[in-house]
Amino acid sequence: MAETKNMIVNMGPQHPATHGVLRLVLELDGETVVDVIPHLGHLHRGIEKLAEHKTYHQALTLTDRMDYTGALINNLGYCLAVEKLLDIEGEIPDRANVLRVCLSELQRIAGHLLWLATHALDIGAMTMLFYCFREREIIHDLLEEVTGARLTPSFIRVGGLADDINDKFITKTTDFIKKFPSRVDEYELMLTHNPIWRKRINGIGIISQEDCISYAITGPVLRAAGVSYDIRKAQPYSGYESYDFEIPTGTTGDVYDRYTVRLTEMRQSTRIVEQALDRLADGPVMLDDFRYTPPPKEDVYNSIEGLIRHFKLMSAGYKAPEGEVYMSVEGTKGELGYYLVSDGSENPYRFRVRPPCFINLQALKDMSVGHMVADVIAVIGSLDIVLGEIDR
Amino acid sequence: MDFLIESVLKVAVVFGVLLGSVAYTTLLERKFLGRLQVRHGPNRAGPFGLLQPLADGLKFFFKEDIVPANVDKPVFILAPVIALVPAICIVAVIPFGDSVTIFGREVKMHITDMNVAVLYILGLSGIGAYGAMLGGWASNNKYGLIGAMRSGAQTISYELAMGMTLVSIIMMSGSLSLTKIVAGQTFYWNIFFQPVAFVLFIIAGLAEINRTPFDMPEAEAELACGFNIEYSSMKFALFFMAEYAHMISLAAITVCLFLGGWNLPFGWEVPFVPKIFWFIAKVFLLIVFFIWERGTFPRLRYDQIMNLGWKWLMPIAIVNMLVTGVVMTLIG
Repeated sequence: MAETKNMIVNMGPQHPATHGVLRLVLELDGETVVDVIPHLGHLHRGIEKLAEHKTYHQALTLTDRMDYTGALINNLGYCLAVEKLLDIEGEIPDRANVLRVCLSELQRIAGHLLWLATHALDIGAMTMLFYCFREREIIHDLLEEVTGARLTPSFIRVGGLADDINDKFITKTTDFIKKFPSRVDEYELMLTHNPIWRKRINGIGIISQEDCISYAITGPVLRAAGVSYDIRKAQPYSGYESYDFEIPTGTTGDVYDRYTVRLTEMRQSTRIVEQALDRLADGPVMLDDFRYTPPPKEDVYNSIEGLIRHFKLMSAGYKAPEGEVYMSVEGTKGELGYYLVSDGSENPYRFRVRPPCFINLQALKDMSVGHMVADVIAVIGSLDIVLGEIDR
Repeated sequence: MDFLIESVLKVAVVFGVLLGSVAYTTLLERKFLGRLQVRHGPNRAGPFGLLQPLADGLKFFFKEDIVPANVDKPVFILAPVIALVPAICIVAVIPFGDSVTIFGREVKMHITDMNVAVLYILGLSGIGAYGAMLGGWASNNKYGLIGAMRSGAQTISYELAMGMTLVSIIMMSGSLSLTKIVAGQTFYWNIFFQPVAFVLFIIAGLAEINRTPFDMPEAEAELACGFNIEYSSMKFALFFMAEYAHMISLAAITVCLFLGGWNLPFGWEVPFVPKIFWFIAKVFLLIVFFIWERGTFPRLRYDQIMNLGWKWLMPIAIVNMLVTGVVMTLIG
C-alpha cells in the first residue's frame, strides 16, 4: 500500500484571509488541520528600537502605526504611561479626560467594525463588509473632523489633547450614536439570525478559561471564555470608573461567543460615548505645565517666552525623571500595555509594548488543530489580529 | 436543405444570445450586488457601465497568458474548455418558447427536441465539473488541488440528489423531453405539485454550479480562488464564462422543469406578448435570485456541504420521489 503523507500548505504572507502579512504553515490531513505554525516578522519595522532614539513627544507618532485600527487608543496608552512617568497623571484637565474616553470609544467601535467586516468576509458574507464600512466611514469622518487624520491621528498628547473639538463634532457624533444601535441590529439580522453563519462559527476554536489565563490572553477573546476582565473596570484610567457600562462575557469561548461579545461591546461603547458627550464641560484640553506641555498657539505667536518654550519642547524635548513605569489600557484587541524605562534623558531608555494581538495569537494552534481549513480562517478572524502590532 | 439552414441559423442565434447574456449577466451581477452592498457597481465604461463586459473581455484578451512551470500542459489548457463547452451545450435542448411563423414557415423555438433531454443535461453538467477538477489538478498548486478535490466531491454528492429530484418530475410528466414537460404545464406548473422538489432542485443546482453558499472549490477566503488560482488571461475568462453560462442554463432548466417554461399559470394569456417573453422574464428573475442570495449568505463549510447533500437532500429527494409515486398510483 502506498504511504500517505500529510500535505504542508503555506498560507500567506500574501493571502486574502490572514489579515495582513501573517504566514501560516499548515499541515493538513485531507482538509483537517494537524498543525499550525505562524511565522511572524514580515511587517517588522523596529518601532520599539526607533522609539529609543526619539523624544517622548516624537515617539507618540510611532504608536499610531502599531495597531492602526485603534490608533487613538494606542496614543492614549502611551500618553498615560508617559504621564505616569512624569508624575502628572492626576493633573489632566477634566475636559481632556472626557474627550479621551469619547474618542477612544469611537475608535473602539471603528476597530470592531473593521473586525466584523473582515471576519464576515472571510466566512463568505461579503455584503457585511460594505455595511460595516459604511458606519466605519462615518466614524473616520468624525475623527478627521477633530484630529485632521483618519488612520494615524497622533491626537492624544502627553498632558491632554492636541486641540479642542468643535461643535460640528458633537452634533455629528450625537447623530451617529443615535442611529448606530439600529445598525448593529441590522448586522445581527444578517448574521446572528442566519443559520449558516451560526453553523460556521458555533463550537469552533474553543479555548477554556484556564488556557486563556495561562496564555495571558486578554480582550474580547478572554471575555468570550467567560472571564469578566476589562482594564477599563479592573484598573480604570481617564475616569472610566465613573461611566456606566457593562462587560459582556461569553460562556464557551468559541468563535460565536467572541462574535457576540464584540457586538455587545460596540453597543456598550455607544453608551459610553453618549455619557461622555453628556458630561462634556467647558475647560482647557491641555495641561498647562511649562516643563512638559507646549503653550497655547497664541502665546507661541505673540510672546517670546511662549515661542522659546514651544521651541525647546519641540526640539530638545523634556527630560523624564529616572525610573520605570507600566501602564495599560483596554485596546480594541485586549490589554495594550506600555513599559517605559527612563534613564533621566529626553529619550526613553527602553520602550516596550505589550501587544495584545501577539499574545492572543499564541492560542491559534490550540484553537484550530482538529478543525478544517475553513475554520482556521474563522479562528484567525475571531482573534482579530493586526500585524502592525504583532510585528511592530 | 431548409432544415439544415434553419438549424444552423438557430444554433448561431442561440449561441450568440447566450454569450451575450453571459457577458451581461456578469454586469447584472456586479450592478445588483453593488446595489445590495450600498455601492454603485461599475459605472465608468459607457452609460450605466453598459460597456463594462466589453472592457473586461478586452482586458482578459490582452493579459499575459501564464502557464506555470511543471503544470500538466495539455490538461491545463484543456480544462477551461471542458468547463465551458458543456455549459453551452446544455442550452441546445432548452425550449425557449412555442413555435413562431417566420416567412411562412413554422419555426420551433428550440434547437433540438431531444427525447432524453433531462439525462443529457445531467450528463453534461457532470462533465462540466471535470473542468474545475482537471484544472485544479493540473495547475500543480496545493490550493488548486484542494479546490479540485472539493469540486469533485461536491459534484458527485449533489448530482445524485439532483437526479433523484428530477425523477419525480419525470414521473409526473411521463417524458424526458423538456418540450413535453413544458407542454404539460400549460395550466398547472410543476412547482404547484412539487414545491419540495423545486427547493431541492434549486439547492442542488446552486451546489452544482458552485455558487454561494456552496462556492467551495473557489472559496476565496481560504483557498485564494481554489481551482483557478494559476489561471490567467483568456483561460481564466473561460472559467468565468463557464460559471455564468452554467448559471443561465440552470435558471433556464429550472424554468422549464418547474415554472412552466414559456407558459403563464392557470392557462392565462396576455395578448400581443410573445411567449418567449415570459420565459426570458422567469430566467431573469431566477438569475436575480441567484445574485441576491450570493449577497446574503455566508459560505458553508466543506463538511457541512457534504452533510447537507447526503444526510438531508438525498433522503428528502428519495422520500419525495416515493410520495409522488404513491400519490400518482392512488389517484391513478
